[in-house]
Amino acid sequence: MRVGTAKESYAADEGLFKTDTQKVWFGLLMAGLLLFPLNGSNYWMFLAVLVMINVISTTGLNILTGYTGQVSLGHAAFMAVGAYTVAFFDGRFDTPVLLNLVLAGAVAAGIGYLVGLPSLRIKGLYLAIATLAASVILGFVFLNWTPVTGGLRGLNVPTATIAGIELATPDRLYWLVMPICVVMVLAAKNLFRTRVGRAFIAIRDRDISAEIIGISLFKYKLMSFAISSFYAGVAGGLWAYLFRVVTPESFPALASIFFLAAVIVGGAGTIVGGIFGAVFMTLIPEFLKLSATALVPWFPDASIYLAPVRNIIFGLLIIGFLIFEPMGLAEMWRRTRRYFALWPFRT
Amino acid sequence: MSPLHPAAPVRPPAARLDVENLSLQFGGVKALDGIDLNVAPGSITALIGPNGAGKTSAFNSISGFYKPKTGTVRLDGEDITAVPARDRAKLGLARTFQNIALFRGMTVLDNIKLGRHAHLTAGVFDAFLYWGKAKREEMELRAEVERDVIDFLELDHIRNVPVAILPYGLQKKVELARALAMRPRILMLDEPVAGMNREETEDMARAILDVREEWGVTVLLVEHDMGMVMDISDHVCVLNFGRRIAAGTPEEVRNNPDVIKAYLGSSGDPRRAAEGHAPVGEVA
Repeated sequence: MRVGTAKESYAADEGLFKTDTQKVWFGLLMAGLLLFPLNGSNYWMFLAVLVMINVISTTGLNILTGYTGQVSLGHAAFMAVGAYTVAFFDGRFDTPVLLNLVLAGAVAAGIGYLVGLPSLRIKGLYLAIATLAASVILGFVFLNWTPVTGGLRGLNVPTATIAGIELATPDRLYWLVMPICVVMVLAAKNLFRTRVGRAFIAIRDRDISAEIIGISLFKYKLMSFAISSFYAGVAGGLWAYLFRVVTPESFPALASIFFLAAVIVGGAGTIVGGIFGAVFMTLIPEFLKLSATALVPWFPDASIYLAPVRNIIFGLLIIGFLIFEPMGLAEMWRRTRRYFALWPFRT
Repeated sequence: MSPLHPAAPVRPPAARLDVENLSLQFGGVKALDGIDLNVAPGSITALIGPNGAGKTSAFNSISGFYKPKTGTVRLDGEDITAVPARDRAKLGLARTFQNIALFRGMTVLDNIKLGRHAHLTAGVFDAFLYWGKAKREEMELRAEVERDVIDFLELDHIRNVPVAILPYGLQKKVELARALAMRPRILMLDEPVAGMNREETEDMARAILDVREEWGVTVLLVEHDMGMVMDISDHVCVLNFGRRIAAGTPEEVRNNPDVIKAYLGSSGDPRRAAEGHAPVGEVA
């Protein structure tokens, strides 16, 4: 039972981890991430890498939509920008992997900045449609700017190579993606401990008072768009190294909705929510697929019938979450923690 | 100056505010018609008037929310009429809103910290790392906010509570706290005690007097609670239909025939109106 936490300095009270329990859990998570590759299954390693790419991207969208309150339906297009950037630079100039990823983030951030410009005049649904329109424009560019994007056929991406080691398989790529994911999520967490993150939340909660307090809406809305797109760009770059080919079909508009759903299901406006949402949205379909396969010995036709049912169950789960836990998985997590903080007593 | 807070840094001096010939028009409606208003440094000045008199319009024009059609707003003699609202924060002009305008999703502490936003400088890269400048700045901010604002307004017990679940009176107080965190030289309060019960009103009136006393800031307030206005103000300015109809000490205004007429029609005594409200006797 944890009764209360007495802190002796403001630094301790403002710390990333407020209790020893949290530090232990974080240590366990890190240990788990380090030991996970021991499972040796290529399938699970692939999923792990995909989940972490999605965590990076969802965290990015969470910064923009969950924290700053600017709904974006163009997030996947920024991932595509990152993926194309990596494919272009690595394929054409053979530049180092980490530089490519930074470039992917930077180019996406630049375009995100431009796409954010309408947010200074429009809000809510109107902004969502404007970002959707921007993603359609970007899709058109990917399809038709053939010298750079390879047009309809897209671009092949070389194997990511760091210090002579080829990261050709997911189990090797894991060691590139995992540290980047951890660093970027922690950076996002830090962001919201400072004035910049607080300004984002202020804009979400009440933009009029934000302005009176001296927060420039112009600066911070666009900054939020740029940061969010940077995350998407890096995630897209890693995605390119995982799938090794980028085409205009790689990031359909539906993918933007996937990330928006991840933010909402996970819990908008919490870092941990972005992680939960991405894990949930990526793994539940796989889990349902596995369950369908597991039923085959008893129902030989299971895979035929359960394929469509899977999508229905997935959809129902999302609807269920929206109805029963609108604050998302992060809120369920918070309640669980609260329960155990006082355990065996109850509030 | 501030015996309770010996460690407090030297406060910026109270500002003087001069509004001259301020006019504001919405289509054919003249919300303000050539208002003059002088707020002496360190005073508590009240802006009163019947509903629709233009008090909040005047407030919004002074804080840069509306662009007045004519007239100038001067802060310590410096013309700030053209300065955008967000930059007036840095000049030391802080305000609260009639309808609470807090950031509902955030805790009391974060709301108050936001008040200091314009005075901080950490950029986005410092923020990602939470190292060096960002960390140092956050620690200083926390210490200062705790000492000067949270202790001062007795908000310690709710600092980690989301403002959305606080009762109305406390929310108003948190808004005052956020304005104080802006290190104001002039504090503009739009109906600080509207809708409060007597106890909350007394609490707020005491807080306003304390703020003036210990922070040495100028206070300009709009308020309908005549009891409180008459008790704590040094100077009262009365508006009606967008015009200034009287200005002076509470006593002078109370006996001004134009004011009596504006509040009660052709004849009557505003003292009766004042008595109808809860006075804040022990504070004055």
